[in-house]
Amino acid sequence: MLVDIENLRIAFESNGKRFEAVRGVSFKLEARQKLGIVGESGSGKSITARALMRLLPPQAQVTADRMRFDGIDIQSQSEREMRKLRGGRAGFILQDPKYSLNPVKTIGNQIAEAWRTHNKGGKKEAREAALDLLEQVMIRDPKRVLDAYPHEISGGMGQRAMIAMMLAPNPTLLIADEPTSALDASVEAEILRLIDELVDTRNMGLLLISHDLPLVSHFCDKVSVMYMGQVMEELAAGELAQAKHPYTQGLLNCLPSLDHPRTDLPVLTRDPSWLEEKAQ
Amino acid sequence: MNQRAKSFAATLGSVLVTLFGLSVITFMIGRVMPVDPVLAAVGDNAPADVVAAARAAMGLDDPLVVQYWSYISNVLQGDLGQSVLTRNPVVSDIAHYFPATLEMATLALILATLLGVPAGIVAAVKRGSLTDQIIRVVCIAGHSVPVFVLALLGLLIFYVGLDLVPGPGRQGFIYDGMVPTVTGILLIDSLLAGDMGAFWDAAHHLALPVLILAYFSMAYITRMTRAFMLDALKGEFIISARAKGLSGWKVVMGHAFPNVAVQLITVLALTYAGLLEGAVITETVFAWPGLGQYLTTALMNGDMNPVVGTTLVIGAIYVGLNLLADILYRVFDPRVK
Repeated sequence: MLVDIENLRIAFESNGKRFEAVRGVSFKLEARQKLGIVGESGSGKSITARALMRLLPPQAQVTADRMRFDGIDIQSQSEREMRKLRGGRAGFILQDPKYSLNPVKTIGNQIAEAWRTHNKGGKKEAREAALDLLEQVMIRDPKRVLDAYPHEISGGMGQRAMIAMMLAPNPTLLIADEPTSALDASVEAEILRLIDELVDTRNMGLLLISHDLPLVSHFCDKVSVMYMGQVMEELAAGELAQAKHPYTQGLLNCLPSLDHPRTDLPVLTRDPSWLEEKAQ
Repeated sequence: MNQRAKSFAATLGSVLVTLFGLSVITFMIGRVMPVDPVLAAVGDNAPADVVAAARAAMGLDDPLVVQYWSYISNVLQGDLGQSVLTRNPVVSDIAHYFPATLEMATLALILATLLGVPAGIVAAVKRGSLTDQIIRVVCIAGHSVPVFVLALLGLLIFYVGLDLVPGPGRQGFIYDGMVPTVTGILLIDSLLAGDMGAFWDAAHHLALPVLILAYFSMAYITRMTRAFMLDALKGEFIISARAKGLSGWKVVMGHAFPNVAVQLITVLALTYAGLLEGAVITETVFAWPGLGQYLTTALMNGDMNPVVGTTLVIGAIYVGLNLLADILYRVFDPRVK
């Protein structure tokens, strides 16, 4: 079992008011399995992933009955041990390379730094490793990118560099937090295909966070649908058409189709009772 | 490359325009001040025809444009006129007084940077903690109490009360004029002369004014560093640096600080300029024989050439440091290239 989360709750407190952003989320991910987490903005999918890496700000109150990564209890790990996991055993790809890459450091240095944090080796070896990784993510002109600054390359190339950086220490799990929502639609498919290929060839597990239901089901084995900090439904990717939960059905219904064009798209209906029955 | 050259040319152009504006303003100051340079030169009791002859000889009957032209051509040839008070050319007076100001301001800037930047980083990283609060209180005190009050308090406590530092002045009288002037900077000149007594005496005299000025500047540097760092630490690239498994210290110094360093260059350059020009008050309190004191003495005596000349020089230094910050910005920020 790669990831095992049971009853995860994340709350933030501000001005004496407590807000629970994640309310009892559970999911499991086997080795080499691909799980998609789908939901609207603010449904809690991103902070769920960040909680797994303990990357939330200290104000966040995180509790869970169980939160394990590869058998390791995340909650009881020291910060030093967490650092070995972060990057080393789980890579974390963020949304927009324009903001997630350091603007004043070269791509090569940023990848080499990730490599050197988890491998023993000198600067020269790290640089060679960085070049090799850039080749693996099939970036155009890897030698130029190595010495380029983030603003000198395109968004798609930036995301490839980000992937290379997170693959540097050979992780067993890849978490991708909306890795394509800042990119053009044509680049989006390329990047997802690349992630898919790398996950397969490197035998990694994948946690793909997105708001695009059909896209995720295309790349993942199973899909978890989140709404207001709770998991509404978890289903195998192939069974999307047989989704039982009204929220999932509603999401699918909102998608315009080229084959069956409709003049009006239905408005997504939300029922407060969905949350009550889960909370109990 | 062409783009770079173009933007550099634009910067240089704006510097030239600023310098032109500066020269016009300082020239006008010399003309609108209710001080008659003729009377200052010939004396109060001179007969009217002598005054008129002197006025004509000084070119003051000419139209303002002509006067400005002769003024600026003199300035460009390094002639700022003569001081009535010292009977020296203003340029050689400035060359004589400026090193004292430079020595004090430079030491103050170095000290303020060495203390202020780390304090700002720590305050930002430990935001809201007791350390942050303490740093904030120290900085508010340094920034809100006028520098002359700090200076007088400093003299009262450390000179009058505790007798830890020597009183006002730059040198003890036994060392006065003992060290041959090479750079005008006493710490360097005394070392060049091998006179350790004079060196420690100069250092002793520098201690309090440098501390006061450094404290004042440090408050500003700390506040700006903290604000810049808080901003940088919010960046998404901080999350990705942490997701790589870097330690907290490496994230702060290796990822957040490099983003801040460029902005800090501008802050430091402006602080330095402020120290050089703002030393006027401190120099008065400490009887420091620097540019500020030269300026105030001339001003009090209606000696206009030194006033105009010193103002021009200080303004030019300000513009020069701004240009330097601009150049360093281009060198250190990859995004500007």
